[in-house]
Amino acid sequence: MTPLSNLGASLKMTAQRDDALASAGTNRATAGKVSATEVSVFYGDKQALFDVSLDMPDRMVTALIGPSGCGKSTFLRCINRMNDTIPGARVDGKIILDGEDINDRKVDPVLLRARVGMVFQKPNPFPKSIFENVAYGPRIHGFADNKTELADIVESSLKRAGLWKEVADRLQAPGTSLSGGQQQRLVIARAIAVSPEVILMDEPCSALDPIATAKIEELIDDLRSQYCIVIVTHSMAQAARVSQRTAFFHMGAVVEAGATDEIFTNPRDTRTQDYITGRFG
Amino acid sequence: MNEHIVKAYEDELNMLTAECARMGGLTEAAVADALEAVVRRDQQMADSVVARDERLDALQADIERKAIRMIALRQPLANDLRRTVAAMKIANNLERVGDLGKNIAKRTIVIIDSDPMVPLTRSIERMGRLVVTRLKEVLDAYTASDLERAMSVWSRDDEVDEHYNSLFRELLTYMMGDPRTITACAHLLFVAKNLERIGDHATNIAEIIHYEITGDEAIATARPKTDALQRP
Repeated sequence: MTPLSNLGASLKMTAQRDDALASAGTNRATAGKVSATEVSVFYGDKQALFDVSLDMPDRMVTALIGPSGCGKSTFLRCINRMNDTIPGARVDGKIILDGEDINDRKVDPVLLRARVGMVFQKPNPFPKSIFENVAYGPRIHGFADNKTELADIVESSLKRAGLWKEVADRLQAPGTSLSGGQQQRLVIARAIAVSPEVILMDEPCSALDPIATAKIEELIDDLRSQYCIVIVTHSMAQAARVSQRTAFFHMGAVVEAGATDEIFTNPRDTRTQDYITGRFG
Repeated sequence: MNEHIVKAYEDELNMLTAECARMGGLTEAAVADALEAVVRRDQQMADSVVARDERLDALQADIERKAIRMIALRQPLANDLRRTVAAMKIANNLERVGDLGKNIAKRTIVIIDSDPMVPLTRSIERMGRLVVTRLKEVLDAYTASDLERAMSVWSRDDEVDEHYNSLFRELLTYMMGDPRTITACAHLLFVAKNLERIGDHATNIAEIIHYEITGDEAIATARPKTDALQRP
């Protein structure tokens, strides 16, 4: 067995164990599936995040809001160590995923990124068929033992992403032939095909029309029962619609975090209030 | 408070609050005039109160329409949302107050030729003045976003109830003493009840102001209450 498929086998086991736990009705802790403590990020000499501490509970959607350049995307990228790929970037502080420090030397970032999936602003399907887009992850991680298993994973992922009915008869068509909204759901299907625990979304609807946006939001609400979801959005209305918890970022720090309905009806901090109500800060 | 980046939004919000305050002024005047009408047995005044109610209904409908439009087009949040909802709710309360004022005026017209009952009328007047003062204070608190003032109205809610309870007993005494007064007394009992309910609306408005300013809605359950039925 190659080391890569070893990795896949262990991943598969993790996924199965979690599924078993979930189906047995075991309550995983609701507070802090992902828990950040005093996270600071530096790009060279420039500090982009200042001691951010935030709990992101399992089976909930946490929305990160704030003006451009406030550090919310930087923070999101810390959760699956995407900042590792940026030269000169340094992350201080702790991010704990299920009790494990994700920045620990022992953690393989590739394995981490399978557990922590990510969806970007612009849909980025691979230049391959719809089927291959979804099958790619499970195949390289050794999730499926044969073609039938792989096809099953692709089908169930597309179904969970709410795309199956629209593409079932043209799985061999290029992923890029789909509409923007369909592409975004394809990318989500690709992310969930490797049984992640956390899904990060960086403005997943900002390039979509209202109907496609509604479909993604419906999907997010649906996925919430299985995953810890963290979403960055510039749309206050979207944050209010899809999330249960909201954190307001400003100038690289978390100003206020709490239950979404509280933040949007009765924020405690005037900076939060000024931002969400569209006032000069 | 900082201004909105979108100036038209700021203007619309201010207009909504201003219209609600203006409706408050008209309602307050209607209640004061209705009281004046019943105390002086003034037919003309009563007629004028009845005629002016339509204007209040129209204002309420307009404020509601503007608030709904605001919610649809501007999606107000946080304090803006509370302000929008508060304007709509206060307008509703004021519309009810206007109806109660109109009802007082209508009853005045019915009893206009009955014998004056001076001590009783004085009691109605005292209760009415208290209610009008409460209404005025709470509307001033709304215009000035003055939480303390609104809360002072709120915490004195039982004063009106006590007036009402004593008037209730006074009316019973009259009716038992001289059955010929029953018709007029029954109408005055409704007048007193209407005044008491106007007082309740003033308390409601104080609670709405509290919500608008603090975002805390729990206060509605904490009010001191005197129940007319528990204290015969």
